[in-house]
Amino acid sequence: MYLARVTGRVVASHKYKGLEGVALQWIQPLDEDGKPMGGQLVACAAVSTGPGDLVHYVDGREAALACPVKFVPVDAAIIGFVEQAVSKGVHIGRTPKG
Amino acid sequence: MLIGRVVGSVVSTRKDEKLEGKKLLVVQVHNHENKPVDQYVVAVDSVQAGPGDMVLYATGSSARQTELTEGRPIDAVIMAIVDSWDLGGANVYEKWA
Amino acid sequence: MFLGEVLGTVVSPVQIPILNGQKLLIVRTLTPDGRRTGKTRIAIDKAQAGVGDRVLCLDEGSGARGIFKDPEGAVKTVVLGVVDYVELERGRVYDHRTTKREGQA
Repeated sequence: MYLARVTGRVVASHKYKGLEGVALQWIQPLDEDGKPMGGQLVACAAVSTGPGDLVHYVDGREAALACPVKFVPVDAAIIGFVEQAVSKGVHIGRTPKG
Repeated sequence: MLIGRVVGSVVSTRKDEKLEGKKLLVVQVHNHENKPVDQYVVAVDSVQAGPGDMVLYATGSSARQTELTEGRPIDAVIMAIVDSWDLGGANVYEKWA
Repeated sequence: MFLGEVLGTVVSPVQIPILNGQKLLIVRTLTPDGRRTGKTRIAIDKAQAGVGDRVLCLDEGSGARGIFKDPEGAVKTVVLGVVDYVELERGRVYDHRTTKREGQA
């Protein structure tokens, strides 16, 4: 499970069955200082989030378990919206627009 | 998941019997800005993707969570065909553009 | 499992149901002698750990699902214990009683 920022949305009308209605979003994983950690990837949104939001996500097979249909080929899923993250006493990853 | 473009296919006659009948596609990874990256994946197709399609693929044990790939030696599966995406509100890729 | 250091906390009011009521921690992965390594993770606290603690973490789904007694829970990273000390061949490299805590507010 990692901290990340939602950076964009992906539209795919033709998906593996069971993934209809599941939102796909670009996310940028973040480190403990709120700095980018590795490259961006696409995740299924198991909770409602949008671009700019701070979130946490799970990777691997567990990601599919967060989806409405659990037997789906999904390897990353957003499992929570983060309201506040404090690291080393400092608020991190505040949404730039406030 | 990562996004890539289908740039080719792989045909193999002599292979593990559990791979028989599987459509193997070569996918070149694109980053979030739609720039091709020097990284290629051979993935099994589960959504009738074809050459030139921009696709989403899942890797690892998640790739075996389809009826096509369950219990088979497969670690990458194409699970969606991408129509478009945007970053920070700006459109980056549009299939029909 | 890996060793980590708790750097902070995450407040997540909207999340998948299995995480409701769980405390989430920001954990930096460390080598046994305390150098930073790997990726920083978010972990579910099952050991009453706090900021500054050296902890033992699980990062594997089926073990985590066992802890939550839910075969279909989307959980993976869990803080299992607070480390008292770490000993390598050359001796004790970490002792929570003598180590100055970094990162406390």
